[in-house]
Amino acid sequence: MADAAAPNSSTLYHPVRIDQPVKVAAAGVEVFYADKQALHGINLNIHDRSVTAFIGPSGCGKSTFLRCINRMNDTIDTARVFGSIRIDDEEINDRGVDPVLLRARVGMVFQKPNPFPKSIYDNVAYGPRIHGLASGKDELDAVVETSLKKAGLWDEVADRLDQPGNSLSGGQQQRLVIARAIAVNPEVILMDEPCSALDPIATARIEELIDELRENYCLIIVTHSMAQAARVSQMTAFFHLGHLVEYGPTEEIFTNPRDRRTQDYITGRFG
Amino acid sequence: MNSPAQQGHHIVKAFSEELEQLSASVATMGGLAESMISDSIDAIVTRDSDLALDVVERDKRIDALQRDVERQIIRLLALRQPLAWDLRVCIAALKISADLERVGDLAKNIARRTRALNEVEPLALAKSVERMGRLVQGHLHEVLDAYVSGEIAGAVGVWERDDDVDEHYNALFRELLTCMAGDARLIGPGTHLLFIAKNLERVGDHATNIAELVHYAVTGSELTAERPKGTPLEDPAS
Repeated sequence: MADAAAPNSSTLYHPVRIDQPVKVAAAGVEVFYADKQALHGINLNIHDRSVTAFIGPSGCGKSTFLRCINRMNDTIDTARVFGSIRIDDEEINDRGVDPVLLRARVGMVFQKPNPFPKSIYDNVAYGPRIHGLASGKDELDAVVETSLKKAGLWDEVADRLDQPGNSLSGGQQQRLVIARAIAVNPEVILMDEPCSALDPIATARIEELIDELRENYCLIIVTHSMAQAARVSQMTAFFHLGHLVEYGPTEEIFTNPRDRRTQDYITGRFG
Repeated sequence: MNSPAQQGHHIVKAFSEELEQLSASVATMGGLAESMISDSIDAIVTRDSDLALDVVERDKRIDALQRDVERQIIRLLALRQPLAWDLRVCIAALKISADLERVGDLAKNIARRTRALNEVEPLALAKSVERMGRLVQGHLHEVLDAYVSGEIAGAVGVWERDDDVDEHYNALFRELLTCMAGDARLIGPGTHLLFIAKNLERVGDHATNIAELVHYAVTGSELTAERPKGTPLEDPAS
């Protein structure tokens, strides 16, 4: 593993045109599942207050890389992660970093909405409670309301906060889960195909929400929808067979990709 | 403009077929526009009013083709959401078809003026107009070849040589002015020739536009360097 941190010179980087500081800096990231190498020397700077899309065919490593950013791969026994990932210059793979606290800073939203089997209120209040972010009922109420408002769900649920979270529609559940992630004041929000189970209207609501959240958060979204990546992101990273092939402003990746593999993938050609 | 050998085939075959159809339609438009320019010049040289009338009639076909190209592109954008190369090819086709439709209009205007010219005594300067016309037709031919083959060298060549057309035009403009100043009876036919020359100069500009679009479609970048310009001229017809 001597070359674990060696720069991957094969990646094609376009000049960055986002005027935001780097929030997440990955260098030489390699992941193995048992003997199988899933990621090869990923070097990637992700900017704050922007949306970065990870695209690529199934099995290309984009979700694996996403899961490195909040150390979700720790939960897989056979997974081994090498290299460096820094959030605001703090190495997240250091032994001293508590993954539970890290995951409060780096929230995650999954493909299938996964509300807790609790009330709408308790779903959102859960995080602030266990992390001690609110003192007293009034403050907790305020956090729940603000989070639901930021997630664009407040108006639809304000009068039934005591009802079960899983009684909501799929799109509402996904926004509830986003409210739950926001409630603990994260800095980075990871989304793994957050709209793949939603209809176009619910998808549009989530996309609008993503665009609003961009004001305050660093968002990273994995999506199989080229149109969605194009609509919501400012930067796009194309992964292929565990390599980061091309990374640049979304507009350039979708109008003028430089690598043949990127072009073949996004235009639906045989690779 | 669709070269599967270079770009590879779409997984959805119908998508590739639709892009090929689009390029074929634009190429057909191009062929028609070029023949209209060529025949309108022939009609001047041979004083063939029937041929000129035929050119005028052909303009309807090029207009219909343009509407067809636009329909195809709107359909592709709505149903296929083209990206990267495919997107650039669609956008280039949309704009190239508009340029070619204008070339058709200019050819029609040349043909109409030719019919008027054929009513009076021939002017010696028709030869100069023919030379300029052949030059412009050559540029159009070359740039359409570049469109079909996707080889940008031809397109860049045309783009760089547009000032040849401008210089021809400027020279012809001076000759015509001198000629008309010497003999007031030549003002009528001279003005027709002047406008014919101006139309040809504009066809050259459209060929240059097409060259830029071919370059954009193939490379994804614009031809931005300042193009060499001929001597500036006070031109009342522009």
